Amino acid sequence: MADVPRLEFRHIGKTFPGVRALGDVGFEVRAGSVHGLLGENGAGKSTMMKILGGEYIPDEGEVAIDGQTMHFRSAADAIEAGVAVIHQELQYVPELSVMENLLLGRLPTRFGLVDRRRALAWTRERLDALGVDLDPRAKLKQLSIGQRQMVEIVKAILRDAKILALDEPTSSLSHRETDVLFRLVRDLRAQGKAMIYISHRMDEIFELCDAATIFRDGRKVADFDTLEGVTRDTLVQRMVGREISDIFGYRPRAQGDVRLSVEGVTGRALPAPTTFDVRAGEIVGFFGLVGAGRSEIMRVVYGADRRTAGEVRVDGRPVKASRIRDAIRHGLVFCPEDRKEEGIIGVRSVSENINISARRNHLTAGLFVNDRAEARTADRFIERLRIRTPHRRQEIRLLSGGNQQKAVLSRWLAEKDLRVLIVDEPTRGIDVGAKNEIYNVLYELADRGVAVVMISSELPEVLGVSDRVITMCHGRITGQFDRASANEQNVLAAALPEGAGTTLPRNA
Amino acid sequence: MTESNAAAIAATREAPRDRRCALLWQLVDDYSLIGIFIVLFAVLSMTVRYFFSWDNVVGLALSVSQIGMVACTMMFCLASRDFDLSVGSTVAFAGVFCAIVSNATGSVAIGMAAAIVAGALVGFVNGVVIAKLKINALITTLATMEIVRGLAFIASHGQAVGVSSEAFFTLGSSQFLGLPVPVWVTLACFVVFGVLLNKTIYGRNTLAIGGNPDAARLAGVAVDRVRIAIFLIQGLVAALAGVILASRMTSGQPNAGEGFELNVISACVLGGVSLMGGRATISGVLVGVLIMGTVQNAMSLMNIDAFYQYLVRGAILLIAVLVDQLKNRRQSR
Repeated sequence: MADVPRLEFRHIGKTFPGVRALGDVGFEVRAGSVHGLLGENGAGKSTMMKILGGEYIPDEGEVAIDGQTMHFRSAADAIEAGVAVIHQELQYVPELSVMENLLLGRLPTRFGLVDRRRALAWTRERLDALGVDLDPRAKLKQLSIGQRQMVEIVKAILRDAKILALDEPTSSLSHRETDVLFRLVRDLRAQGKAMIYISHRMDEIFELCDAATIFRDGRKVADFDTLEGVTRDTLVQRMVGREISDIFGYRPRAQGDVRLSVEGVTGRALPAPTTFDVRAGEIVGFFGLVGAGRSEIMRVVYGADRRTAGEVRVDGRPVKASRIRDAIRHGLVFCPEDRKEEGIIGVRSVSENINISARRNHLTAGLFVNDRAEARTADRFIERLRIRTPHRRQEIRLLSGGNQQKAVLSRWLAEKDLRVLIVDEPTRGIDVGAKNEIYNVLYELADRGVAVVMISSELPEVLGVSDRVITMCHGRITGQFDRASANEQNVLAAALPEGAGTTLPRNA
Repeated sequence: MTESNAAAIAATREAPRDRRCALLWQLVDDYSLIGIFIVLFAVLSMTVRYFFSWDNVVGLALSVSQIGMVACTMMFCLASRDFDLSVGSTVAFAGVFCAIVSNATGSVAIGMAAAIVAGALVGFVNGVVIAKLKINALITTLATMEIVRGLAFIASHGQAVGVSSEAFFTLGSSQFLGLPVPVWVTLACFVVFGVLLNKTIYGRNTLAIGGNPDAARLAGVAVDRVRIAIFLIQGLVAALAGVILASRMTSGQPNAGEGFELNVISACVLGGVSLMGGRATISGVLVGVLIMGTVQNAMSLMNIDAFYQYLVRGAILLIAVLVDQLKNRRQSR
């Protein structure tokens, strides 16, 4: 019995129109273990998870549970067989409460009506038992993305799944939430669940996983029965297929005059005035905890949210408040944090997503879209940023996250007079190779004299890429450090709320 | 770095067969509807008497000319993830208003201009309420549908308004190069709106808004302005259709165009316009309109009771939506 793995993938193959997503991939996951799944974006991890979850039907091969071949025809089949897959894109009902989401479809009833008291008590008890700090009555839409993710995970646990797959669960969790999640995962392992854990964060893989499999380009390139004695470099090298000595690859450069100046800016979510400058050729990293006000201030600077006071200048020229198009005309652009909701236009092509803004600069007769010029622009960026797509006319929603991000970046790189680029969590949920490529794009822009603002929750990234670090907490700037003086301790201390110094985040 | 770069590019170019295959599927997707229409037309030509004659085909085109014009603008509305139920009422009101103003001023041109301006105004109100006040499009246009229909009845006292001037009829009944003028107007609409959709920022932005309004806004699209323009133009074209219809019927009738909005939306959906926004083609809408008209025409020629024609129309719409659904499912599985 002990020889039969809980879960086995056998020679799985899957082809989409124009893309071979998986070819002859197989691996095993044992009960009571956490199995890491590694690979770059588009390597096939998510496709594999969708096959496990019954959302995709493999073209070749099969999935076996306890040695028994399964034929999932739908997500319901997989759930029935005890499989719970938690995707990067969460599936919840925003208008319902935590309790209702957890009990969806099986709310306790009395005389045919929902017994809210019993449901509430039950939910409280379960959340407490799991050590998850959530109000059962809060609506999902009121929670942070991290909290919503916790709800998803709790839901899977409550379903009593014996196989649990987590696709990048920590990408939007705060450090505290991550700790809670890790404890949950360890408890579940102790209970004999088989778990698959996908993450781009190497330290998490080493901390949690017992074994690991690496994918590259839809194929399995390595299996590790144990991670004892395996180094981080080995894993990265197998994933990327080449050596990346220093993924940040920082290089110093000359800085010019002040390009972006933000003076006394306030917004509805930001009552305290904020002031900072960014020079031409400078990369400024904004660090802080989730909800510290970094995204909020940048959205106000860009004009996406209402500016209630203050002045934003690009090269000395004032940018109108709350007018996105005026910001773009001044060469001030913004890549939002939530790629799927605010970055890409999913049903439109890669080319459309790239050309949507810059096309106004090459109209024929001042009126008609120049398809040939746009095709050239799209192809140029697809090649330069290595955007993996069968062709420029592919709908962008079918691309992996990293490639979508590159397309959104291309949209602004295509602007002919780019002066200030603000990127919000540009590498969230993106693999090491693509991260490195995105950093290189930022350096290249800075070399050309663009002022770059990068918001990130990953301290190593902030320290590795930025010329200067600005920390925020509770909607205020709490510290500024140039590259030479910034280190993990002082940046973190400045970003944490007063009196929170004892609970150091794990990534530090 | 450069070496692996080249390798990756090579990898994406490596599989020309896969690539060709994908493009082929895209082609099938893009033109399947036209194929269906051609087959339908051929079969009806061979089986239904009198169907394949010049007079009948011209009559068919004339019968769908109003739906065709408004389907062009409804396509924009649906493509931006909006909805407009008020077009039928606008058609009626424009006809009535045109007749009244023509009689009062003695000038048909002034009457027509007034009606078209009034239609544009209705659309503008729709657009401002939906885009600026953020009221759901379905509710907003349901309300204006009632209001504008009411105005048509009030202005006409519930009676058809006849026009004394001969000039009023010429628009609807005259011919140009062998085709009735309304058909020419409809064809012009398809050309103009086809170019607008495919070749201008306005059209591309319409599709972007339908695909993801938040992302479109952050990419610098003037979302509110585009939405208002879509409704304004829709009202204008609906009024134009109303004027032409009144001219064909030789009077402005307050109960004209009942159920018109649903026929127009049906034609668009039949033509592959996604109600989820972001997807629309002008050729699809043209074929959608033609399929609706052809089926209607053939049923009339076959002496099928008008009551049964409702069933057939509904069934065709359902099938079209199902086929579209299947196509989407294949793409994402």
